[in-house]
Amino acid sequence: MIDPATDIPVWAAIAVAFFVLVGAALALIGAIGLLSFNSFYQRLHPPALGTSWGTGGVMMASILFFSIGFGRPIFHEILIGIFVTVTTPVTFMLLARAALYRDRAEGNEDVRGKTERPATPTEP
Amino acid sequence: MSIVILSVAVTIAQLMLALAMALVLVRILRGPRAQDRIIALDTLYINAMLLLVTFGISTGRIVYFEAALVIGMIGFVSTLALAKFLMRGEVIE
Repeated sequence: MIDPATDIPVWAAIAVAFFVLVGAALALIGAIGLLSFNSFYQRLHPPALGTSWGTGGVMMASILFFSIGFGRPIFHEILIGIFVTVTTPVTFMLLARAALYRDRAEGNEDVRGKTERPATPTEP
Repeated sequence: MSIVILSVAVTIAQLMLALAMALVLVRILRGPRAQDRIIALDTLYINAMLLLVTFGISTGRIVYFEAALVIGMIGFVSTLALAKFLMRGEVIE
């Protein structure tokens, strides 16, 4: 399965295995949370496990594997890490605002407690 | 020795990510509302991206990195467009 041409020492293999397992386990925990939580506003939170340290662990394993296997520093996986870290809060924030807008427009019970802001600020 | 460690760990990680994608797919099918499906689709994108990176580790090729980068970008833009559509009813006004 692993290409035998890229032979790396045992300590590096253990480090790569640790990071890739941590990343995949965090992504799996996030998916389980997404499936099992009750309301949408709770379900917003568990995918952040997979997008923060799930992605971080897998990217770190990939950086370690290619850097040690090819014998020179290879850092381009960090592009994916930075991109996902920057874009995930934007996505979830926008999605939460859209869901809140829809819930308030329909007058659902669980978000009705908030007071609506006045459309125009009152002049003093 | 190191090849055995890497093979076992990467295979277990791929199985975990595939299971995560299956669970997220259940949430997409079950709903109950549009925003639940959209956030599950976003998580599906992220998990597919991680699965591609683990394929890159297991085959030792760089090509999978580029596919993962493209998937990440397309996932971000599509989720953003869908959220805009939920908010306003149109993507570009």
